[in-house]
Amino acid sequence: MSNAPHRFALLQRLLHWLMAACIFAMLFIGVGMVSTVMPKYLPLILIHKTLGVALLALVSIRVALRLYYGAPPLPADLPMVVKLGAKLSHQMLYALMVVMPLLGLGMLWAAAYPVVLYGGLQIPALLPQSDGLHTLLWNAHVYLGFAFFALALLHLAAGLFHALIRRDGVFETIAPLPLRDKTTSAQ
Amino acid sequence: MNQPGKLSRSGLGSLVLIAAVLAGGAAAFAYTAGWLSPGRLTPERMIEALTPPSGAPLGHRRNHAKGICFTGVFEANGTGVELSRAKVFAQGRYPAVGRFNLGTADPNAVDATVRVRGMGLLISMADGEEWRTAMISPPIFPVSTPQAFHDLLHVSGSKDPEAMKAFARANPEFAAFAAWAKSAPWTASYAEESYNSLDSFFFTDANGGDHAVRWSLLPSAQPIPISQADLEERGPDFLEQEIGERVRVAGPQTWTMVITVADPGDPTADPSKAWPKGRRTVEVGTLVVRRIEPERDGSCRDINFDPTVLPPGIRVSDDPFPAARSSVYRKSYDLRAAEAKDYPRTEAAKP
Repeated sequence: MSNAPHRFALLQRLLHWLMAACIFAMLFIGVGMVSTVMPKYLPLILIHKTLGVALLALVSIRVALRLYYGAPPLPADLPMVVKLGAKLSHQMLYALMVVMPLLGLGMLWAAAYPVVLYGGLQIPALLPQSDGLHTLLWNAHVYLGFAFFALALLHLAAGLFHALIRRDGVFETIAPLPLRDKTTSAQ
Repeated sequence: MNQPGKLSRSGLGSLVLIAAVLAGGAAAFAYTAGWLSPGRLTPERMIEALTPPSGAPLGHRRNHAKGICFTGVFEANGTGVELSRAKVFAQGRYPAVGRFNLGTADPNAVDATVRVRGMGLLISMADGEEWRTAMISPPIFPVSTPQAFHDLLHVSGSKDPEAMKAFARANPEFAAFAAWAKSAPWTASYAEESYNSLDSFFFTDANGGDHAVRWSLLPSAQPIPISQADLEERGPDFLEQEIGERVRVAGPQTWTMVITVADPGDPTADPSKAWPKGRRTVEVGTLVVRRIEPERDGSCRDINFDPTVLPPGIRVSDDPFPAARSSVYRKSYDLRAAEAKDYPRTEAAKP
């Protein structure tokens, strides 16, 4: 037996589920707001900007916790290819969580829009107006947004696969509630 | 633990469940994005309706595509503070950047062929606060809803003479605008025009009191009527030459900013309905236009005059147009920024 934890720390699990809900909301709000001219466009874009900055703050806490606590090991009988896929997809998810809000802020700055969040909080611009930079950041925000959604769905499917089919204790490492069936992961 | 490789009946059910979650998630995403709703009025469809048969004005705004920049100052006289706590109404001088423009999707349109003139304006305050507004010369907007505006653009481009008649029947509010377009005098100068917000907004004063308002910029220059034919004779780009010449020779041009305050019950959700005469008006300051700059290298080029960029103390009302304009202007900005090479800056101005 190693000293590796059997599951993520409580704070890690809470952050995971909180951010999961917010990220799915962000992705849906994002594609919804740019496809409407209705009055809801304005509140949606305000929520998108505010939640985006909040998620940037949360992901920095999350990365720090991940570096401090680490992660429980994957089951020994998981094929190497699957382990590699899991590792890569998690790294990509972390990268997207960090990069998406930065791209969003950057593209607004490069378009000379004031970035005003809910409650009137204004984020000062760190980039000058630039047509080329705006186009680059905007395209990256859009296409990485689609990639983020695809990856998040894949992640959800993999989680369900572990929870319902493999029943190998992987889902329980991140489950928000204590283990239902302790024998599952103890075996 | 289950034996890997062997799938029980419940395992099969779980696989179906996972597939359903994936398919449902993807379908919900596609629906939200509008990919399953071709009838949804998206900014893309609005821009498609704006695009002239000759093609999109690459590198230019998708509407009000012809214009010229100005810089100047807004001099607030301090009386606006009774209506709004926005810093811009405290007595003082605030830098302004703006753009005189024509309501056409063709950046090369002949001036005398465009009935509606406009002004985009950005006033800057301390702490990075901004007030952006885009106003036009008619006293009322042609239609009541963004959908009706989209439909108007479609029938305007239609060759079927019955289309416009059918539109006017379906949108009776259009008659007032049509009458204005037919009878209002033309002028030969951007400096002789009034520019009106038409959309309604809320001002919030220091005590938290809300006031439904519209605003106008009224010119100091006396409007001198000219026939459309005479204006055409002066040349296709006369307005830009004239305003440049006027500011250079006669000096800064000024407009008085007048806030009109609604009475209870006045319609705020419909810019095609003028408020009755006799509403309270407050003169809050003067816009001074000091310098004219060609748009190609001008300071207004990079600005999206999104009418929902508002400082604390001003907010949108139930008027549906500012949100629609914000959404479409954003798309227009994204397009023209990506097409900047089709409207190159001159060598000297390149950073």
